[in-house]
Amino acid sequence: MNRPSRARLFVAALLCLFAAGCGQAGSIVNPKGSEASRIATTWWIIFALACVVYLVVGGLIVFAALRGRRRRGASGLRENAFIWIGGIIVPLVILLVIAGVTVNTTSALRNPSSDALHIDVTGKLWWWDVRYIGTNVVTANTFHIPAGRPIDLRVTSDNVIHSFWVPELAGKEDTIPGQTNHLRFTADEPGTYRGRCAEFCGLQHAHMDIIVVVDTEGDFGRWLARREALDGAPTSDLTTRGAVVFQREACAGCHTISGTSANGKVGPDLSDFGSRPTIGAGVLTNTPENLDEWIYDAPAAKPGTSMPQFHSLPARDIAAVTAYLESLK
Amino acid sequence: MTAAVHVEPLPRTRGYPPAWWGMVVLITTEGMVFLALLSAYFFVRAGSAHWPPSGLPEPEMTRTSIFTVFLLGSSIPIFYMEHALRRGNMRGVKAGLLISFLMGAAFLANTGYDFTHMEFGWRVNAYSSLFHTIIGLHALHVLVGLLMSLVVQAKVWTKRVTPERHVTPEVFALYWHFVDGVWILVFGSLFLSVALI
Amino acid sequence: MAISEMPKSELDEELEEKWADMPGVPGFLNTVDHKRIGLRYIYTSFVFFFIAGALALVLRVQLAQPNAGVLSPETYNEFFTLHGTTMIFLFNTPVLAGFGNYLIPLMIGSRDMAFPRLNAFSYWIFLFSGLLFFASFVIGHAPNGGWFAYTPLTSKPYSDGINIDFWGLAVVFVGISTTVGAINFIVTIFKLRAPGMTLNRMPVFVWSMLTFSFMAIFAVPSVTVAAGLLELDRLFGTSFYTVGLGGSVLLYQHLFWFWGHPEVYILFIPATGMISMIIPVFSRRPLSGYIFVVTALVATAFISFGVWVHHMFATGIPPLALSFFSAASLLVTLPSGVQFFAWIATMWKGVVEFTTPMLFAIGFLLIFLLGGITGVMVGVLPFDWQVTDSYFVVAHFHYVLNGAVVFPIFGALYYWLPKMTGKVLDERLGKISFWTMFIGFNLTFFPMHILGFLGMPRRVYTYNSGLGWDGLNLFISIASFLFAAGTLLTVVNFVKSMRRGKEAGPNPWHADSLEWMTSSPPPEYNFAAIPVVGSRHPLWDQHPVPVAESADDDARRPLGVHGALEKEMTVTEGLDARPQDTLGIPAPSYLPVAVAFGVLLFFVGLLVTSAVIGVVGAAVGLFGVVWWLWRTEEDVR
Repeated sequence: MNRPSRARLFVAALLCLFAAGCGQAGSIVNPKGSEASRIATTWWIIFALACVVYLVVGGLIVFAALRGRRRRGASGLRENAFIWIGGIIVPLVILLVIAGVTVNTTSALRNPSSDALHIDVTGKLWWWDVRYIGTNVVTANTFHIPAGRPIDLRVTSDNVIHSFWVPELAGKEDTIPGQTNHLRFTADEPGTYRGRCAEFCGLQHAHMDIIVVVDTEGDFGRWLARREALDGAPTSDLTTRGAVVFQREACAGCHTISGTSANGKVGPDLSDFGSRPTIGAGVLTNTPENLDEWIYDAPAAKPGTSMPQFHSLPARDIAAVTAYLESLK
Repeated sequence: MTAAVHVEPLPRTRGYPPAWWGMVVLITTEGMVFLALLSAYFFVRAGSAHWPPSGLPEPEMTRTSIFTVFLLGSSIPIFYMEHALRRGNMRGVKAGLLISFLMGAAFLANTGYDFTHMEFGWRVNAYSSLFHTIIGLHALHVLVGLLMSLVVQAKVWTKRVTPERHVTPEVFALYWHFVDGVWILVFGSLFLSVALI
Repeated sequence: MAISEMPKSELDEELEEKWADMPGVPGFLNTVDHKRIGLRYIYTSFVFFFIAGALALVLRVQLAQPNAGVLSPETYNEFFTLHGTTMIFLFNTPVLAGFGNYLIPLMIGSRDMAFPRLNAFSYWIFLFSGLLFFASFVIGHAPNGGWFAYTPLTSKPYSDGINIDFWGLAVVFVGISTTVGAINFIVTIFKLRAPGMTLNRMPVFVWSMLTFSFMAIFAVPSVTVAAGLLELDRLFGTSFYTVGLGGSVLLYQHLFWFWGHPEVYILFIPATGMISMIIPVFSRRPLSGYIFVVTALVATAFISFGVWVHHMFATGIPPLALSFFSAASLLVTLPSGVQFFAWIATMWKGVVEFTTPMLFAIGFLLIFLLGGITGVMVGVLPFDWQVTDSYFVVAHFHYVLNGAVVFPIFGALYYWLPKMTGKVLDERLGKISFWTMFIGFNLTFFPMHILGFLGMPRRVYTYNSGLGWDGLNLFISIASFLFAAGTLLTVVNFVKSMRRGKEAGPNPWHADSLEWMTSSPPPEYNFAAIPVVGSRHPLWDQHPVPVAESADDDARRPLGVHGALEKEMTVTEGLDARPQDTLGIPAPSYLPVAVAFGVLLFFVGLLVTSAVIGVVGAAVGLFGVVWWLWRTEEDVR
């Protein structure tokens, strides 16, 4: 096969690979939020320009390399004009277009809004603390927002730098100790969207998942009301036992369950733990078996976690705590 | 053998030796170190409501200003030394080096006094860390300069430096002027700009 | 009898005797010959390249499958930190310095660098800093904060062990080597060019190394301060980066990236310099747009100092300020585009010969085109908000730092090793190596763009299944081994050529620049009599290239064979290269290795917080420097 055909085949293959990324859940080109949508549009414009540039310049490279083989005799190419036009003028025009698109997109993003829902998000090692301003609702890693309303995530950290990133909704924003950054966006439609920490933060940077559940305005209102009313009250013998063990052992020293005397601030708030899809910010799926395993030996599941192992706790007690926590919804 | 051709030389003086140009580049990069530190100083300062922060005292002005005159003044005997060197006046070279050394040593002695009578330590906060580090790094450069001065003076006295071959004093002079120049920036930033604003 | 009347063999013998290094270990330790030092830089850098490459392969094995248990998170974090730090500091930067070291005196018609002992010193510092850095790996406490080591993760409360100190101190340590090397390059290029080699006639590679050096002079201090202040915080409890005490963690990022961005152009520019030497030779005509290309190098250097904040787009800096840096980041592409079209024009007007070096050059063009385009993409502020810290940016920087720097380096190996070793490399094996590398490279790094789009962040030791990342990761991991195999084929080629390679002769490629005038390898003194340059392409335009004759004044005495016998060089005036003065080449000396050793001890003292070791090291270094200064006038006349 001669070189130009090989090149074309190569480009086609690349484009196919690219296509594989489209339409996939969790992809930045499958936007479900205002910021992600604008960025995706910007991307397609730049991508189109990039394809043209790559094909044209790549073609010139291949043509120039092979030209000598096919044609004898001097070329009439005027070098200086070629360099001026191809190397300065045309790129400048393209870059000015891109700069225009950049400014246009940026000015539309992350602007404050008077009716925004404010949520404080703090990056921790290695989980996310989430607090709804103006309410007593505190949760961790998984949280709900209403579709169609401006959201203002006030992100910070009290330890190392993390970065909050849910690709389908918006770009990322670093959580930096000593300052509060704002990630402002609007979610388009109900759904569950997954994100994660995007700034290397140590041992378990890989396990700091975020799950954002976007509700309709009505559903969100109901959810919030339910959360505010949570009281951690056990509803069966087993879960009563679990609540007792929870208060008695070290659990209450690190974790808070609203409505109970468990008031620890070291680890994530567990008031609605039963409704969360994962344990340990993405390490395990939230099932009773996995929760047993987690409580028994969290460091084995997530090396480096501050949560200690509970090998000394009898299996019955662990099962009771598991049942109790899974009942908190 | 290929034909050997005649080459026209440069019809004027020799210019500075390569080592001198090397020192030009060295002081440029060392200067950037101080610029980076001073940028850090102003960056932290821009983010602080009060400066110095946390009730720390403003830098001492009177004594520092006096010894600043000593340090900056010590460049004058060095200029004289360079002039004497070009004219082959080795006695003038010795005198210039010695006077400059004494003035620089006085400055360093005052800095040493300051370090042993610090009102606030290095670790208290970012301001104190920056303040002492910048002054300390400059003092280290002064110390190196004084050591270099001793070596150069020894070379002059033992006639290892002659009116014809005098790379080391030439290069040293440039370094010493650099040390003084940096002090202008440091004094201006850490002392004057705090006292005057 | 007069020198010009001596029979050639007697002259050669005298020259050899005068210039030969001591044999064995003493000669190894005290040589100041730029060619030996340059080759050493290249060999040592490649050892680090293959170590860092092996680390990357292990990382890829871990990432081939979700939740693979091949590496613990600790080990993974250490390995990727070692990989990145080594590739930037201990491979890419020094290997280019090595090529510069070897080639610059030859290309400008000089007998050595301006400061041969300083040259040796800069190599020993590089070697010792690399050994100190890898000692961390040997004792199992390698740095684990990423190659840019952001605070506060790398501050004491969050990184308690000695790991990060290896990083911080090694960065400061190796910076000495880069800085000293840059000083040497700048003075050599300005003051030792052969008569007639005006700046306008200087080879583009020499221009690129001059640019590299100026950029290093202005940029390296910033990372020295960044890492230095980190180490002061860690070792002595200062508060530069302590948020609660008025310190700032963003300060670290600004200081780091003020160096970090220029650094990548520090690497890219010499690589383009190599391409600008190779493409014309294998297009059989001069480079098109020489002035454009040289201007582009300098313009890139300047603009590259104004874009560093594009590494901090997600840190909460006000968008107005960020927009400036976004615009500047787009602008920095323009000079690269100029170089691109100059290279294309050169090939277009010439007749291309597809030797191995030329294949690597063309491969570079295709790779850099893509990497440069994704660079424009990540310069678009809102798009960067999505892809920064994801595998998209991992793809981008590997395209530009692996592809656009490593491919020219491999091309340079095939092109210049025959001059350096006297042996030709096997063309067929070279071409197989190229194609394996080219295909393997693209199959490895292109899919990473997609992974970034699918939300995979960088620096994760594992990932969960079900996110659509599994297949791509497996594919990438397999492809990475293909790329690695391609690089190893060049090693095999090198070993083969050293054992049984054909003689290269002085100019196997019929090239144009002065290094091809000497034998292969060149004699220790490079040029018995200095060539007189009358064109940008002396070997193509001047038949034969004339050499200068000595005259009685200081300035012109070293020009002829007399200069080679007396081990002297002619200092020429900066712009027009007219003879101005004499500069002696010092005899071999142990001072460079001794002073470097003192510096090593000093850093070891800091690392293990032993005042005794630190003071001893400083004393050794100081003593050596004083001795060095004591002898300056006699050593360099």
